[in-house]
Amino acid sequence: MRSADGARDDVTVLGIAGDWTVETVGTVLPTVAGKVAAGRHLVFDGSELGRFDTAGAWALVGLMRQQEEAGGSSELRSFSKPAATLIAEIDPLGREQLPAPVRVNPITWTLEEIGRGAAGIIDDAYLLLATLGEASVSFLDMLLLRRRMRWAALFNNISRASIQAVPIIGLMSFLIGMIIAQQGGFYLSTYGADVLVVDLVGVLTCREIGVLLTAIMIAGRSGAAYTAEIGSMKMREEVDALKVLGLSPVEVLVLPRLLALIIALPILTLVADLAALAGAWVVSLFYIGIPTDVFLDRLKAALTVTYVMIGLAKAPFMAAIIGLIAAIEGMKVKGSAESLGEHTTAAVVKAIFMVVVTDGVFAMIFATIGI
Amino acid sequence: MNGETARRDDEEREAVIAARGLVVGFSGEPILDGLDIDVWRGEILGIVGGSGTGKSVLLRTIIGLNRRSSGTIKVFGKDFDAISGQERQDIGRRWGVLFQQGALFSSLTVLQNVAVPLREHMRLPDGLAEDLARLKIEMAGLPADACAKYPAELSGGMIKRAALARALALDPDIVFLDEPTAGLDPIGAAEFDQLILKLRDTLGLTVFMVTHDLDSLVTITDRIAVLGNRRVLVDGTFAELKSFDHPWVRAYFNGPRAEHFTFG
Repeated sequence: MRSADGARDDVTVLGIAGDWTVETVGTVLPTVAGKVAAGRHLVFDGSELGRFDTAGAWALVGLMRQQEEAGGSSELRSFSKPAATLIAEIDPLGREQLPAPVRVNPITWTLEEIGRGAAGIIDDAYLLLATLGEASVSFLDMLLLRRRMRWAALFNNISRASIQAVPIIGLMSFLIGMIIAQQGGFYLSTYGADVLVVDLVGVLTCREIGVLLTAIMIAGRSGAAYTAEIGSMKMREEVDALKVLGLSPVEVLVLPRLLALIIALPILTLVADLAALAGAWVVSLFYIGIPTDVFLDRLKAALTVTYVMIGLAKAPFMAAIIGLIAAIEGMKVKGSAESLGEHTTAAVVKAIFMVVVTDGVFAMIFATIGI
Repeated sequence: MNGETARRDDEEREAVIAARGLVVGFSGEPILDGLDIDVWRGEILGIVGGSGTGKSVLLRTIIGLNRRSSGTIKVFGKDFDAISGQERQDIGRRWGVLFQQGALFSSLTVLQNVAVPLREHMRLPDGLAEDLARLKIEMAGLPADACAKYPAELSGGMIKRAALARALALDPDIVFLDEPTAGLDPIGAAEFDQLILKLRDTLGLTVFMVTHDLDSLVTITDRIAVLGNRRVLVDGTFAELKSFDHPWVRAYFNGPRAEHFTFG
């Protein structure tokens, strides 16, 4: 068989025609893939080549390599100068094999994850205590006037954590108060004990629900914000810059936020208590039909100051836990956006869980001492 | 200064980007006011100017990230305001952008970063997107083992190279580089310059480059545009700008750091 160039017997000429670009290479490649022939000399003819880019060049280089591996040889003919340069640039690239991704045994992986999770709890506890210790020492130094209090940061954070949260906390608690009163009133009225709704709502919200829901809301609101703030500062090396400037990140970033939460949460709890009672009053008056003076009398008898104080006393502890967890999760953020999201989620979940645990611990303590 | 020659050449050269009367400002005083600029096909255009003269703003305005209050921008001969969303998207595929900080997606590996435009915009057979991404990474001068790394694990120079690889993923006609050599060591910067030059020669790229690097300006740019007074003060080659009479331009091109670049 005589071929186009008339010189050698084993020559196949393969026209590389039309556009060979990243848009077309997907459709063009299958049409030429079968043309690789062992023991033959393949001539790629580029005289009718249209547009050509790196994807096209890569496909062509791939064909040449396949031909080589099949035991044949190849050459390029009639390619324009830019196309030839591009092929020459691409030719030496992409030869090295990429390391294959490491395969993980699911059993070892599971065991590893369990171990890592367990070690993580200990690490968290250590970090929590270390941060609390450092923040306490800084705070003590400030009380003893050995160190300057960052008033501006403190008040700014108090404003963000308390005043700006009042509308949502108030609304939420108002609705919760209404719901408890409505549900309670509905069942109590079957026993003719409608008026006990006031005891129910008063004690339940002031002692438990008010502080608990407020803490959960603040964990989601301020806790997440603190983790995101500290985490993005960590990502941009701002935390490292603080350290290099001789400033303690805990003192500068964590302490003002922690103090702000400890001050804000009791205030918000009081707001929540009042809003819940207001909600209960509305339902009692219009749905159950308890006149306002009866409602107030009953409230005065049922709700002692002790109950309100029990609720308020829990708030600073919950605030400290929310603030500390937010801070240590923020400090754990690594370089990627994904890591920031992961730790913000972890901060909120852990904080809410710990708030509920704290509430339980307080319930046990109060039960033991009999109040 | 070379306004006359530029005007005479206008008919022969194809303007990839032609901006006229650009006004851009954020709340109050405009940063760019009545700015005209052309970018010719196949050239490497350097943009210089003092801090705050709006170099990055100009770049972001051309690629449509900043809003302009007036003026027209023609890209590949099409008015950007007059075209449909689909056409705009098609044009977006024909340019690549290297942001100042790289702007790599932090939760993807280098290989995945470079493969993003290929996967999103092209229908490619299995594995080809990865192959092409890998090719671009090697073309940008990164070792093959950088493919599996995350941006947080890369050095500044490697981030720039990976970001360049992503900008080149779709074989664009024009690349916008925002301070590509800033923060690189002189050897790395020189390599980067040569890389851009080589890519221009092999791929026929047009390069729009904001830079402060005198070495880059001298070695690789065909033309330099100086921003000042909210517009292009002057444009021309490095040698031409050395003799232009404007305090900032004189200080920049004849300052102590520019002294060792002499032209006959």
